[in-house]
Amino acid sequence: MAAIAIEELTVNRGGAPVLKGLSLSVEAGAVTGLLGPSGSGKSTLMRAIVGVQIVAGGTVTVLGVPAGAPELRKRVGYVTQAPAVYLDLTVAENLRYFARVLGAPRSSVAEALAMVDLGGFENRLAGSLSGGQLSRVSLATALLGSPELLVLDEPTVGLDPVLRRDLWAAFAALAERGVTLLVSSHVMDEADHCDRLLLLRDGELVADDTPAGLRERTGQTDLDDAFLALVEVSA
Amino acid sequence: MNASVALATAERVLRQLRRDPRTLALVLLVPPLLLTLFRYVFDGSQLTFNRVGGPLVGIFPFTMMFVVTSIAMLRERTSGTLERLMTTPLGKLDLLLGYALAFAVVAVAQACIACGVAFSLLGLNVNGSIAVVIGLAVINAVLGMATGLFTSAFARSEFQAVQFLPAVVFPQILLCGLIAPRAHMTHVLYVASFVLPLTWAYDALAHAVAGTGDAKIVRDALILLGVIVAALSLGATTLRRRTG
Repeated sequence: MAAIAIEELTVNRGGAPVLKGLSLSVEAGAVTGLLGPSGSGKSTLMRAIVGVQIVAGGTVTVLGVPAGAPELRKRVGYVTQAPAVYLDLTVAENLRYFARVLGAPRSSVAEALAMVDLGGFENRLAGSLSGGQLSRVSLATALLGSPELLVLDEPTVGLDPVLRRDLWAAFAALAERGVTLLVSSHVMDEADHCDRLLLLRDGELVADDTPAGLRERTGQTDLDDAFLALVEVSA
Repeated sequence: MNASVALATAERVLRQLRRDPRTLALVLLVPPLLLTLFRYVFDGSQLTFNRVGGPLVGIFPFTMMFVVTSIAMLRERTSGTLERLMTTPLGKLDLLLGYALAFAVVAVAQACIACGVAFSLLGLNVNGSIAVVIGLAVINAVLGMATGLFTSAFARSEFQAVQFLPAVVFPQILLCGLIAPRAHMTHVLYVASFVLPLTWAYDALAHAVAGTGDAKIVRDALILLGVIVAALSLGATTLRRRTG
């Protein structure tokens, strides 16, 4: 069953088309990577899926209902590219606030912090954290309340290799529990962590495949090369 | 509407304020300091100080809360937290009521300190009830807050938000009757003054200071409460779940 079904999605921003009649679907209970160069429309697509983007045409269906429907606000967790965190609050205060807004139990705060490896940082002021720590606080807010779908816009940017590996392992564990994850990245070496890949270029889908399938199709062993091959063929 | 979410928001806003002691000190101490300044500017004329100082006790909170709230709301808009909140079950009114509640608490403290200094240390003398003046000061602070929340939607940057003070607040101070009696103004301005909220705020304060016209104070206060509800409702319409 598809967690996200998109048909003929068209989005214009600043008078220019960003997504041009995009159709795709995202499998439930799996980690799907949304990859593409910066400016390819990844964030806009994610915004359309969580229902904060004004769309010009097409349909976006999320967990069986139209994107942005009020009932989805508890079922979908969304992390923006820039951390959406109150810098003048501590880590715990940030999370406790979002937990109350989401109606999530207080215990979910500690769980979310453990998942992003920020246990022990509860009383640190968010403004005093590093960029990578801050984006993990932002990620933790989206994990509160056990959402069925997580839409994560570049959650691993600025993180060291160990943390990135741990986060991808956490994403895989979430998928195992039945959570659907859509994770964007512009770093191809993260693609191998995904069950399925969506490759976006200039607002159009150039590939929808598994990492293995992509290698086979392009005859490349390196996913970076595979992506370049696809982009050059379509260009 | 979800009271628990509104309360959580109010608590969060107050926590943020507490982390910024300098702003808090400015909000609480500038009005009494300005009143002190007025007291000694009008050193030779206690009567003038009584006539101007009384209403000012209520008008300073309006101005300060207007600025503080519009900047606070603008930050929420530009930091990405508003967009994030708009994807959660949080209702628009929950957010605005949370802000309103938090700043109302600050407004009460501010009005009480300003009134305390004016009446006990500066010898401000009013014929009417001091409690009524304090109550009106609180209403004005909430009015400033509600207006600030609404106008912040039209600012893209903090530079712009600050300019709304001279643009939105100064004309009201000029036309409300504090500087010159409204009846002496040119007809167009006299008519215009009727639709400006601060006119009614001043009218109520002037009556409270003079100790006349309780019925008019009640009428003015009801008008102000109506404007507060209208500004908060308009503010809610400027919070969009979907943006371009």
